[in-house]
Amino acid sequence: MMPVMLPTLATLAVGESAVVRRVSGRRAIARRLLEMGLVPGTRVTVRRIAPLGDPLELRVRNYALSIRRAEAAGIDVEP
Amino acid sequence: MAPTVPAPAAPRVPAAARARPPLVLLAGNPNSGKSTLFNALTGARAKVANYPGVTIDRRSSPLRLGDGRTVEVVDLPGTYSLSARSREEQIAVDAVVGRGLPAPDAVVVVADATALGRALYLLLEIVDTGAPVVLALNMADEARDGGVEIDVDALAYLTGVRVVPTAAKHGEGIEALTAAIEAAIAEPGAPPAPLAVPPALAADLDELEREVLDAHALEGHRAARAWAAWLLLSLDDEGDDDLQGIPASVRAATGRIRTRAAAAGRDIDLEIIAARYERVDAIAGAATRHERVEAHPWTERLDALLTHRVAGTAVFAVVMMVVFQALFSWSEPAIALIEDQVAALQGLVEGLLPPGPLTSLLVNGVIAGVGNVVVFVPQIALLFLFIGLLEDLGYLARVAFVVDRLMKGVGLHGRAFVPMLSGFSCAVPAVMATRTIESRTDRLLTMMVLPLMSCSARLPVYVLVTATVFGPASTIGFLSTGAVVLFAMYTLSVVATLGAAAVLRRTLLKGPGAPLVMELPPYRLPAVGVLLEGVWQRVRTFLVDAGTIILAMTIVLWALLTYPTSAAVDARFEARQAEVQALPEAERDEAQAAIESARAGEQLRESAAGRAGRLIEPVIAPLGFDWRIGIGVLGAFAAREVFVSTLGIVFDIAGADETNEPLRAALGSATWPDGRPLMTPLAGVSLMVFFVLACQCMSTIAVVRRESGTWRWPIFMFAYMSALAYGASLIVYQTGLALGWGLG
Repeated sequence: MMPVMLPTLATLAVGESAVVRRVSGRRAIARRLLEMGLVPGTRVTVRRIAPLGDPLELRVRNYALSIRRAEAAGIDVEP
Repeated sequence: MAPTVPAPAAPRVPAAARARPPLVLLAGNPNSGKSTLFNALTGARAKVANYPGVTIDRRSSPLRLGDGRTVEVVDLPGTYSLSARSREEQIAVDAVVGRGLPAPDAVVVVADATALGRALYLLLEIVDTGAPVVLALNMADEARDGGVEIDVDALAYLTGVRVVPTAAKHGEGIEALTAAIEAAIAEPGAPPAPLAVPPALAADLDELEREVLDAHALEGHRAARAWAAWLLLSLDDEGDDDLQGIPASVRAATGRIRTRAAAAGRDIDLEIIAARYERVDAIAGAATRHERVEAHPWTERLDALLTHRVAGTAVFAVVMMVVFQALFSWSEPAIALIEDQVAALQGLVEGLLPPGPLTSLLVNGVIAGVGNVVVFVPQIALLFLFIGLLEDLGYLARVAFVVDRLMKGVGLHGRAFVPMLSGFSCAVPAVMATRTIESRTDRLLTMMVLPLMSCSARLPVYVLVTATVFGPASTIGFLSTGAVVLFAMYTLSVVATLGAAAVLRRTLLKGPGAPLVMELPPYRLPAVGVLLEGVWQRVRTFLVDAGTIILAMTIVLWALLTYPTSAAVDARFEARQAEVQALPEAERDEAQAAIESARAGEQLRESAAGRAGRLIEPVIAPLGFDWRIGIGVLGAFAAREVFVSTLGIVFDIAGADETNEPLRAALGSATWPDGRPLMTPLAGVSLMVFFVLACQCMSTIAVVRRESGTWRWPIFMFAYMSALAYGASLIVYQTGLALGWGLG
């Protein structure tokens, strides 16, 4: 059986928005992401992708936050 | 609201009863206008010192309150939260809870009103410590224009702190803020209302709070629970953090509680942060009326252009070219002026004082040393003017956003780009510019590899050597040889820089690579006063801290190049002096100059450095260098371009620059004792490779000492770069010899 690909922030297209479900990854990074406001239940929009394809620009809590794809892939989201 | 459990409150000593003035901390997120507010509040008479053990500026300034009392305002480093892993990050929490420093009498939290949620997170962390807090709701005007209406009274009620709307850039709300500070100091702090948390976490906090109190880790009791929460968030489970002054019993208890929670499937970090954000959302939701989606329409429009694949890259290239042009060319007149003034002063002193060792020390040691320091000021000032401007405009974060992908490859952060690029001009301001990088490991890594970038002081060396060994008119195909050589040297320097970064990242400065979690602040017009003050602070820090080291090193180097003097040489030249006097007047000046040059050369060869050059010849001969080049290399430690003039003196040609024909001729015809030519094309390439890679610059060492806070890093840098340079030159020369290349 194929593993089901759960949507993460990295799978969102530019302009799409979703709600954070879970933040995983190394503790220091996860803690930083949570403290910057990416706690479960928060709505996030992918606003833009940098010219070279990485990092992403997110809109969260009325400000712009930039994170890399690698970190975005550790943030599970739901519509 | 959270259930209120009476917390043990420490008795407060009335501020007036103490000798020192009351202490007011200024905390806030980066980009919240904190520095502007600090200047507006205190009138920009900041005293800058260092926090003990870290290289972070502690800016403080007195503030006169309405009642005539004076308080000391300290500007804390900008931060999004109090949690920490490094000593640098620990500064904020230690200041707020008063560990190692007096506890604050009030804390002003500066919030960017347009991003209230994120600012409230920090505010709640600080309120939980029980310190009397004032919230400065900065950029309230901007928030209003962007469609965000904040109910100040509701916010004050819900947070339990005084709230003052300010627009620091326009000086609005400053008087009200001063009055609020006065009131906050006068009033005893209420015991903090503990955060509403899940019962399991509450039990954890109770346990750790008791442990903290038992260990007497804090002066008073009021901050114990907040500090317990901070410990749970900050301490690394493997002890792999750099936090200071945590009692062993407290550290053990924190680890025990975290392990227990993890075993129960709980995520303590998430529990604490989510609980806080729950409260943030409740407060922000109730106090913020009507919120439009676009708070910064201008930023949206500009970003569409400035981070666009084509247009954004073009703008980025233009901006970097301008910065580069400024460092290279616009600084030139000022540098020339400083050099002329130093030379004039040297001439003046030489004319006024009788010749002798004291005059020589004054002229070639002290004045030259001061000149060596001041000559960096134009480039430092220009670089920090640009960095400050780009930072305050909000563009510096976009630079990092655009180039992060490139830098990630070598384990660096997009923020390292501007310092690295500046390294092409001069490593000294570039090393200072690494302060814009948040993580200490990343900052050190950038500092360690930056000096490999081919700076402008290497150019005269390339020019002299290329012209000597290839001749000015030489070409390779349709390109001039000089152009090909220059291109090769710059390529080598970039490859070496990136390679060294990749190696250091995997060895000494290990880390998974800096994560990029970076706010892209809205574009804003900078406040000129704050900008200029920032530039001045950088310049002053450089003059005082790095400057003294550079001055001292100049004097040491002067002594090595001057002493011991040889009486025999002096006697010989006295005799020749007499012969000159006998010459016809027309020939006298020329002969006199020739004698002076010869004498300077002779004395240099007899000096400690001259002897050292001979001493190291067996070591450097495998690179194709003889003792005369050795002296030049030693002299170039003052600054790379000094290689040219030192070599000039060795060859009895005073005051030579890289275009000096007699020097080129002398070098070109120089031979080894057995008659082989010295400067073959192969030896020339070996010499240039050496200069690309070697850390031939005491000023860089001085400034790395200043910025890293220890001698360990500059010594390591000098050692690895010297080894790299020696190895590379050895390979180039020996391979060339074996293959019979470029032997003349």
